[in-house]
Amino acid sequence: MADPIPYNREEKGAHPPSLHPAYVSTIKRAPQKRLVLMPQTLSEVTGPIYGHSKVLPDDSDLTRQHKAAPLGERIIVTGRVVDENGRPVPHTLIEIWQANAAGRYIHHLDQHGAPLDPNFSGTGRAMTDADGRYKFVTVKPGAYPWRNHPNGWRPSHIHFSCFGPSFITRLVTQMYFPGDPLIPLDPIYNSVPDKKAAERLISRFDLDATVPEWALGFQFNIVLRGRNATPRED
Amino acid sequence: MTGQTPSQTVGPYFHFSLPHDGDEVLVTDKTEGERILIEGRVFDGDGKPLPDALIEIWQANAAGRYDHPEDRQDKPLDPAFHGFGRCPTDENGRFHFHTIRPGPVPGPGNSMQAPHINVAVFARGMLKQLVTRIYFESEEKNADDAILSLIVEPERRATLIAHKKVGKELAYVFDIHLQGTSETVFFDI
Repeated sequence: MADPIPYNREEKGAHPPSLHPAYVSTIKRAPQKRLVLMPQTLSEVTGPIYGHSKVLPDDSDLTRQHKAAPLGERIIVTGRVVDENGRPVPHTLIEIWQANAAGRYIHHLDQHGAPLDPNFSGTGRAMTDADGRYKFVTVKPGAYPWRNHPNGWRPSHIHFSCFGPSFITRLVTQMYFPGDPLIPLDPIYNSVPDKKAAERLISRFDLDATVPEWALGFQFNIVLRGRNATPRED
Repeated sequence: MTGQTPSQTVGPYFHFSLPHDGDEVLVTDKTEGERILIEGRVFDGDGKPLPDALIEIWQANAAGRYDHPEDRQDKPLDPAFHGFGRCPTDENGRFHFHTIRPGPVPGPGNSMQAPHINVAVFARGMLKQLVTRIYFESEEKNADDAILSLIVEPERRATLIAHKKVGKELAYVFDIHLQGTSETVFFDI
């Protein structure tokens, strides 16, 4: 078999380094030796592909997973998953998780003194369509405190997990909301060296995605690593 | 060209969303191949286990074929094996997978790679995933593996070799050290 067509390497400055001391937990968890640069083999250019059967339509509507609607500001989060050439990444799994409108996760370790919402779990899944598009309905997550530094607060964010076509394209990230005053203070957001690249993490208010008298729309596009040529399709 | 979306940490609160029960079991009764248990722990720079890491694995089937459209080798797919697993670490930093020993897959040039499992590590305090590989103790093909050969120091290369454990089932132990004298080799792919 011929060597696979390689993916582009990580864009310089677009991804955080492993060690970012302002985010204190990185200090004991970042490798201290250089990563070993390796050629991409069949093992890296392949990756898990999910069947459609696992994702149900209601999985992407986080406001309909319980008996009643959750409290908070209902929002629509929509966007496209594309590669660096702007080509859509179709039929790929997106998983999201988030705090409720009060800034509390249902996670058992979250001890923030904000209320849980019996009508909100904060977890969703969706597959992108043939054009790479996805859509979630949820509530806007609240900000919450963390003990990384004195009076530290995480800006409102939604965690995104994305597979794409290969082990290389695997991406876990966080989506933020425009105009949030906590963003410039957040060590996790600020771990991205290139400030222009970091702005890609901030969703855009989208009047076209907004449904009158029902919910505000936010657009969040995700760009995965691409390659300069497309593989042969059999 | 459009710029890549930056990676961000999974944080401490992914457990209710990402892992599902059974994601650590890659096999069914119908899966072809030699059953193995992979077990290990994840440690930080103080030697403390990580109770909040998430391990993902991706591997070929027993014949050495990936369940993916870009693997066009003339080898059988196994309808009872897809090759992806996910396991969060427990309070003692432990993870495990029930899987099969993968067959060899092509490597750079016309080489063949030794059997291996691709690993991604996610955790609070990790701003992007770390990538490593599990190779198997006493595997002759390890000596000619192009990726293992990139690592010159024998003690570093040893961090990628899972050790056989005697027990009632065939188990391999693969610990992951994020720092320290036995820091695991991580790859830039």
